[in-house]
Amino acid sequence: MTSVAAHTQPASAEPFLTLAGIRKVYPGVVALSNFSMSVSPGEVIGLVGENGAGKSTLMKILGGVIAPSQGIITIDGVARPALTVADSMAAGIAFVHQELNLFDNLDVAANIFIGREPLTGGLLRFVDEKKQHEMVVPLLKRVGANFSAFAPLASLSLAQRQMVEIAKALSVDARLVILDEPTSILPLSETEKLLEVIRALKGDGISVIFISHRLHEVELIADRVVVLRDGALVGTLDKDEIDHQRMVKLMIGRDIKVPSAPLANRPGDIAMSAVGVRTGAYPAQPVSLDVRNGEILGLAGLVGSGRTELVRAMFGVDPIYGGYFELNGETFRPTHASQAIARGIFLVPEDRQGAGVLLDMSIAENISLPNLPAHATGFFVKRGLEIQTAETQKRNLAIMTPSVTTRTGSLSGGNQQKVVLAKWLAMSPKIMIFDEPTRGIDIGAKAEIYRLMRELADLGVAVLMISSDMEEVIGVSDRIAVMHEGRVAGILDRDRFSGENVLLLAVGKTIGAKTGP
Amino acid sequence: MTKKDLGLLILILAVGAVVTMINPRFILPINIANTANLVGMFGLSALGQCIVILTGGIELSVGSVIALLGALFVDFIANQNIPWPAAVALMLALSVALGLTHGLLITKFKLPPFIVTLCGLLIYRGVARFYTRDATAGFAFGQNFPNLEFLTAGRSFGVPNSFIALIIAAAIMWLVVHRSVFGRYLYAVGKNEEAARFSGIKTDRVIVAAYVICMVLTMVSALYFAMYTRSISPASHGNFYELYAIAAAVLGGFSLRGGEGSIIGALLGVVLLQELQNLVNLLGIPSSLNFAVVGGVILLGVLVDQQWGSFRERRRTEDAARGSEPKPASAE
Repeated sequence: MTSVAAHTQPASAEPFLTLAGIRKVYPGVVALSNFSMSVSPGEVIGLVGENGAGKSTLMKILGGVIAPSQGIITIDGVARPALTVADSMAAGIAFVHQELNLFDNLDVAANIFIGREPLTGGLLRFVDEKKQHEMVVPLLKRVGANFSAFAPLASLSLAQRQMVEIAKALSVDARLVILDEPTSILPLSETEKLLEVIRALKGDGISVIFISHRLHEVELIADRVVVLRDGALVGTLDKDEIDHQRMVKLMIGRDIKVPSAPLANRPGDIAMSAVGVRTGAYPAQPVSLDVRNGEILGLAGLVGSGRTELVRAMFGVDPIYGGYFELNGETFRPTHASQAIARGIFLVPEDRQGAGVLLDMSIAENISLPNLPAHATGFFVKRGLEIQTAETQKRNLAIMTPSVTTRTGSLSGGNQQKVVLAKWLAMSPKIMIFDEPTRGIDIGAKAEIYRLMRELADLGVAVLMISSDMEEVIGVSDRIAVMHEGRVAGILDRDRFSGENVLLLAVGKTIGAKTGP
Repeated sequence: MTKKDLGLLILILAVGAVVTMINPRFILPINIANTANLVGMFGLSALGQCIVILTGGIELSVGSVIALLGALFVDFIANQNIPWPAAVALMLALSVALGLTHGLLITKFKLPPFIVTLCGLLIYRGVARFYTRDATAGFAFGQNFPNLEFLTAGRSFGVPNSFIALIIAAAIMWLVVHRSVFGRYLYAVGKNEEAARFSGIKTDRVIVAAYVICMVLTMVSALYFAMYTRSISPASHGNFYELYAIAAAVLGGFSLRGGEGSIIGALLGVVLLQELQNLVNLLGIPSSLNFAVVGGVILLGVLVDQQWGSFRERRRTEDAARGSEPKPASAE
C-alpha cells in the first residue's frame, strides 16, 4: 500500500464528467429517466439500487455501448448527446466487471496488456515480454499488489485478480474506474484489501463508481451515494447522510427489516452431527458440529475455509476422507446426493446456475427433477402432476413468471433461486443447507429468502446457512459456527454475535473466554 | 413435431421434388423401397448415436462394431453352425458388454468419450480383421436361413422389414426419450451433469445406460447390414458409419454439447442423408463426389440452422424488451 497518498484529495473539485437529464427508453420500457449526476476527480460514488433499477443501463451509457434517448453527457466541458466506445475510452472511463475478463493460463503482465502487447522490432514482431513486465511493475505497485508481474493468473485469489483488472484500468490512464459488484465474489478479509485499493485510487485523484449490494461496504467507502429505483434517481446521500437504513429505504421505497428477527424459542434436538469429518479441502482437520432442529445455524468463515466442502460432503457430492455424520442415531456417510435426498437433507448450492437449476429446462421440470419417480406412473412421467406441483410452489414462493413451463434461464437470479428452493420445498425437508443463498440477489428477494428460512426453522427443520455476508450471518442466524482453515474455530451464541467476533474467529484469532450457555 | 423438424421435412420433400423432376426414377417403388431399406439400417445405428449425443457424449466405434459383430454373426451361423436365435442372443450379450465397457471407462475412469470410443473404433476393426484373418466372411452357396432372411432382408406388404424395424425401434425410443423418467434424466445429464447430480440423479448410471442402448441398437443394425450384404470384408465393412450416424443426429437438431434433439429430428436426418446419397446416384453426379455432396449439404444445413437460431434469439430478446413474454417453445 505504498502509494496511498498522505492527504486525500477533497471531493469538491470541479466535476469532469456530468450527466444531465439522461433518459433511455427501450420499446415499452423506460430504463432510465431524467437521471443527472456528476463525477469529480478523486470522488468515490456508491451506486445502489435493486436489480433492474437501471444501473446496468447507466453503465452501458457511460461505456458508450448504448446511446441515451435524451440528455447531455459533458466530459471536460464538451457536451455530447451520446458517447461512443472510443469516446468513453478516450475520456479514461474503465470498467471492472463482476465477471472478471481475465485469462487463467496467462501471467499477470500478459493479462494487463492483452491485445495491446508491446512488440519487439524486426520482421516477426514478437511480444516484448521484458518490456511488458517492466511496464506492469509500477501499475501493480499503485494497486498495492503483493504478487509479481510473472505470477500465473491461476495462482491468484479473487481479490488479487480484481487488482489485476484494476491495474489494467490504470494502464490505460483511467480517470474513472467503475467497479460492478466487486465484493460479491470476495471473502470478508479480501474485501478490506479492495477497499484499500479504492482509497489509493482516490488518493491519486482517480474517481470510482462503486456498485454494490453490500451496503456496509458502500457505507465505508463512498463519499456520496446515488440511489436508483425503477430507472429514476430517487436520492443522493452525502457523506454524513450515508447510512444503511436510509439507503434501503430509498432503494425499495419503504422500510423493511433486513433481515427478519431470529426466533426466541429454544432449538430442538440435534438433527445431524458431523463427527470428525475430514474433507478434501483440509484432509488433516476433522470437523465436529451439531445442527439442531428448528434453528438456523450460520456457517461463517473465509472463502476456502472448508465450509462448502463440509456441506457438500453432508449432501453426498464431495468425498468424505474420514469421520462420519450422525443422523437419528445412525452413521451416515453419503456417497451420492440421492442418499442425502432420501433422508430429507437438501442443498441449495452456491453455484446456482451451475449446480442449482438447469437453465434450459422449464420451471416445472426443474422442480420435479429430484422427485421424478413420484411424478410418474412407473415408466412414464405424469406431466399434469408436474405442472400441478410447480403451480403450487409458484404460488407459495411467489415465483414471478408467466407460466411454469417457462425456461428457467429466462428468470431473474432471485426467481431462479426460488426455483431451487421450490424443488426442495415440494418434498419434505428435514435439514436444509443453504450455501451463499442470496449472492447476486436483489434486496427484495433476499428478504423473502430470509423469511422462508425462518419459516422452515419454525416448522422444525434444521437450517444450515453458509454466508460470507456479515450482515446476513449476524442478522439471520440463531447460532454462528465460524470455520478457519478447515476446523470450527468457535461457535457463537446470540448474545455474542458481533462482526468483530466473527471476523476474529474467521482469521484464526481467539475471542473472550466465555462460551455459550 | 417442432418447427425445426417441420423445416427438415419440407427440405426433404423439396429435394425429392427437384430430383423427381430431373430424374423420375426417384419415385419408382423400387427406388423408394431400396432407399427405405438403407434408411432402416442406417437409422437403427443413428438412433443409438442420438442417445449418446443427448448425454453430451459421442460414440465413434459404431462402424467398427458393425464390422466386428457382422463378421462374428455370419461366422457363427454359417461356419460354426450355431442356431441363429442363439447367435443373436450372443450378439446381444456382446453389445451390452461393449456398451458397459465404454460407459464405465467414461464414468468411473473419467476418460473422455471421444478417446474411449476412438480406441474402440481402432480395436474392434483390428479384432474383426484378425478374427476373419482379413478374409471376407460370407455364406456358402445354397446356405439359407429363411426366417432370419425374412426378418432382415425381407419385405412385408412391399415395405422392407429393416424399415419396419426402424419404425418400431424409433417408436420405443420416442417413448423412452420424450415420455419416460429415464428420458428426462438423459436430457438433464446432457444439459448440465452437475446440476443433475445435485438433484440426486445417478448420472453415471444414466450415461452407462446410454452407451449400452447405443451398442444394442448398433448391434441390431449390424445384423441388418450383415444379412443385407451377405458378405463382410472386415477391412471396409461399416467404414464411416459412425459419421453417418453423427451427421444424421446433427442434421436432426442434436447438439453435440448434449441435452438437445428429438427422435423425430434424428429420423428425418437419416432420411435426408439417404436421399442425398440417392440423389448423387440418380443425377449422374460422379460417385467420387458422394462425400463432398453430403458434407456440403450438412454444412449448409447446420449453418442455416445456426443463423436461424441466433435470429430467433435476437427476436426473443427484442420481444422481451418490449415487455411481451414470448410463448415458450414446446418441450420436444
